[in-house]
Amino acid sequence: MTGEDMELTTREIDVRLRVLRFDPEKDTEAHFEDYTVRAQPMERLLDCLHKIKWYADTSLALRRSCAHGICGSDAMVINGENALACKVLVKDLKQPITVEPIRGLPVMKDLIVDMDPFFQGYLAVKPWLITDPKEREPDRERLQSQTDRARYDDTTKCILCAACTTSCPIFWADEEYVGPAAIVNAHRFIFDSRDRGGRERLEILSQKDGAFKCRTAFNCTYACPRGIKVTKAIQEVKQAALFKSF
Amino acid sequence: MATVEDVYRKHKPKAFSADRRPSSFEVWSWFFMRISGIILLFLVLIHLYIMHLIGEGVERVDFAFVAARWQNVGWKTFDWAMLFLSLLHGANGVRVITDDYVKSPGKRTAVKATLYTVTGILLIMGTAVLVTFNPESGG
Repeated sequence: MTGEDMELTTREIDVRLRVLRFDPEKDTEAHFEDYTVRAQPMERLLDCLHKIKWYADTSLALRRSCAHGICGSDAMVINGENALACKVLVKDLKQPITVEPIRGLPVMKDLIVDMDPFFQGYLAVKPWLITDPKEREPDRERLQSQTDRARYDDTTKCILCAACTTSCPIFWADEEYVGPAAIVNAHRFIFDSRDRGGRERLEILSQKDGAFKCRTAFNCTYACPRGIKVTKAIQEVKQAALFKSF
Repeated sequence: MATVEDVYRKHKPKAFSADRRPSSFEVWSWFFMRISGIILLFLVLIHLYIMHLIGEGVERVDFAFVAARWQNVGWKTFDWAMLFLSLLHGANGVRVITDDYVKSPGKRTAVKATLYTVTGILLIMGTAVLVTFNPESGG
């Protein structure tokens, strides 16, 4: 790193933000509010939101927990695209940076949405290891080959941030749709050699609001902050459901 | 101790109630869309080429042209396949979009009833024309 680069990353600049605010106790509809904070180009958007909340306007409501891209709490629409506020850097964003709550879920306050419909879709696919009650319970761990483990590796990366599901145009239109995140988590078990619930999950996902509502818009793949090939996983689930039906 | 199944039953999502019978209708309708889409691509391009591009194009298409063409059972089958696949492909597409955007159950039933009726009438009328066509009757 040259001295000039170093200066660019540590020198504070003015960062202009437009945040969509909504207070259910005062507002009838959401409106944008403008803020300017001082931040280094290498700081994250989440740091700027913290600066607003801690020093400018304590009433700003947002979710974040780990702040390091693992917990999946701070997915929001940043300059029109779904992303985690803790993973995007100020230097990579065009100003003013617009920040909105993720779409398709009811807004509770400011950037906080009601995640219940999202988790209902997740629950629908029974996201846990299903064993065969007729098989003897093993007295040690269930072994798996590296090849079998690799089969569903991509979909184990999901952190349930809802960036994919709330970027999906089908989910915006119809919240009954299970959504990409639920299908990704079904994929994680359907293709797990230790799991015995594949057939049951495929039957659930063959229903009207299941995997076949996907029109391969690819928004989910683009939105996933973990780089999961979401659309590919959904297509693999559809394929498995089709071959099961023959 | 509560098992995961107990938790699932308690918080079971409305849209995925366990009493829904497993059905592979959506699976097959999805598969039909893929297959019919591929077949239609060829049927429609060949149709456009014959009707609009070669010779004097659409200007030469009259009763005599159609009568001559339908002497051949192969072209009758071609036209009927295009009619059948495009109607069903289109109607299924509108059915899926209706499920997405028409929320009220009453309106949804009305829209779908109209859709299925119109599709059925068009399919029957088209088939009737193809089957009962008599080159001697007109011209």
